[in-house]
Amino acid sequence: MKKIIFSGAVIFSVFATSFFGCGPKNKPEEKGESKLSGTVEIDGSSTVYPITEATAEEFRVENPDVKVTIGVSGTGGGFKKFVRSEIDIAEASRPIKKSEDSATSAAKIEYIELPIAYDGLAVVVNPQNTWVDYLTVEELKKIWEPEAQGKIVKWNQIRPNWPNEEIHLFGAGHESGTFDYFTEAIVGKAKASRGDYTASEDDNVLVQGISTDKFALGYFGLAYFTENKDKLKLIPIDDKKDENGKGPILASDETVKNGTYQPLSRPLFIYVNKKSSDTNPSIDSFVHFYIDNAETLVVDAKYIPLSKAVYDLVKTRFKEKKTGSVFLDKESTVGVKLEEVLK
Amino acid sequence: MGKKGKGKIKKRLKYFSNTRVYEYQDQAFKYFGLCCTLIGVVVLMLLLGDVLYRGLSRLDWDFIMGLPSRRAAKAGIYTAWVGTLWIMVLTAVIAFPIGISAGLYLEEYNKKSRLSNIIEINIANLAGVPSIIYGLLGLELFARALKLGESVLTGALTLSLLILPIIIVSTREALKAVPYSIREGSYALGASKWQTIWYQVLPAAVSGIFTGVILSLSRAIGETAPLIVIGALTFVPFVPESVMDSFTVLPIQIFNWVSRPQKEFSENAAAAIIILLSITFIMNGIAVYIRHKWQKKVKW
Repeated sequence: MKKIIFSGAVIFSVFATSFFGCGPKNKPEEKGESKLSGTVEIDGSSTVYPITEATAEEFRVENPDVKVTIGVSGTGGGFKKFVRSEIDIAEASRPIKKSEDSATSAAKIEYIELPIAYDGLAVVVNPQNTWVDYLTVEELKKIWEPEAQGKIVKWNQIRPNWPNEEIHLFGAGHESGTFDYFTEAIVGKAKASRGDYTASEDDNVLVQGISTDKFALGYFGLAYFTENKDKLKLIPIDDKKDENGKGPILASDETVKNGTYQPLSRPLFIYVNKKSSDTNPSIDSFVHFYIDNAETLVVDAKYIPLSKAVYDLVKTRFKEKKTGSVFLDKESTVGVKLEEVLK
Repeated sequence: MGKKGKGKIKKRLKYFSNTRVYEYQDQAFKYFGLCCTLIGVVVLMLLLGDVLYRGLSRLDWDFIMGLPSRRAAKAGIYTAWVGTLWIMVLTAVIAFPIGISAGLYLEEYNKKSRLSNIIEINIANLAGVPSIIYGLLGLELFARALKLGESVLTGALTLSLLILPIIIVSTREALKAVPYSIREGSYALGASKWQTIWYQVLPAAVSGIFTGVILSLSRAIGETAPLIVIGALTFVPFVPESVMDSFTVLPIQIFNWVSRPQKEFSENAAAAIIILLSITFIMNGIAVYIRHKWQKKVKW
């Protein structure tokens, strides 16, 4: 029996040395001159994650002693943790809901709402699909609304001159903010969607599916289209509203930014706990760093930056510690112009 | 030739034709079994080949010692594999003594009763509960009620719960395999119950116990779902220095990278999978070694 204990101890000490053996690397590179130290705890939307990750990585170069951690519990999960004061910053791919807002006030938490980027939703088909030139919001609704389930199953049911072939649908999974947003923008009600389509939380699965199926149609984050341009065909969308661009409009950085690619572009947010930012200078400086560098880091993370004017408004909003959400009395962010609501 | 002789020959012929059938059955099952084995092996080879092909070129010292980054080429898994090691060691420290002791008690001390039956059935059932359920339990119990937060300790406690039933069951199986005559011999020489267990039964069963225990630990380090539920993080640019620090593990990092739009990240994921597989293989190697070593020692 002694031998077992001994060999156990040997195995254990091998593990132990592997921890301490790499001691020097544990310490952050001593580059920055800042004296800030502390923790910044962030959680929320996986859509916003790449931007926050980029920010945290750059922030670390200047402030090596600040420990920034990021989780990806999803927008709703992030807000739940935010209400419990388990995190300082919540990332969100949609604005805070009324129920979540009242939960924060019940927990006596004040928050500062900061838009940080735009994301576009791409509607795509297979490159071999020669018949679809554009889609209207009306047609998209006809395809995706709950009533379409089992009924709209062929391409020629959408437009008669399209082929008499089955339509294969690919879309976001029910837990994702993308699903919430798409259904709200197209069907008019969040989470209202037909269920008989290939759903995945992982957009790469959707890309794979659509790129190998001639009769496929699907939607996902614009970044996934940009990375797979050669395998997919992007469809222009017409919202029949002439005030934000006439006719069908193709999703691009430009059209998302200037608000003409409607209704499928959305703002992304971070929500900062006001008390944390008042008491913890690391959080204050992290958020300032976030806004100041958003323009370049958002592009790095393959999203679309807000305009300079809006970033200035966001910055003042944080400086003045303006609490509460500007979206509570609005039905949705669909079609909202950030310049106007932030003023 | 009389009637009797004919009957004998007929019987013999029947016997022969039957053996032929049996032989065919035997051969058929042999090849069927071979096919089944090959399916497993071929699929594993394809997976391994694919992962190695994609990930091997990405694997280098900088990748292993690098911190997380948004640039796929710069990103490393240092904090992830250190997190995995922390979780592994801590889970082992918590789960092994409890699991093995419980197994010992149930097998050697426990008297058959209705209560013990219920306990046994429960343990067997617990081994089949989906891991995410354990994650939810860990979140409520360890992270929130006991206020341990999203720490390494919460993760290790949750995974310990997950593998406890497996350890208990495999410990009991190993103890059952020790012939009862060994115990009786020991008692006959005047040894107490504890002496019998410590000097006779445990050394005889140890190879089986350790095999089960280490395989259960290999399972634990591959788990993602319960750790995500208890709030293990994705971006952690520092390694845990105490059991109360936040952490990330390899499976979570792989999961994150696979779902990124940039293709370079899937290379990273493949490389991280190679590391995770290596850790699992090393663990299984240790299990095989221990079994081999201790089997030789047992001489009755």
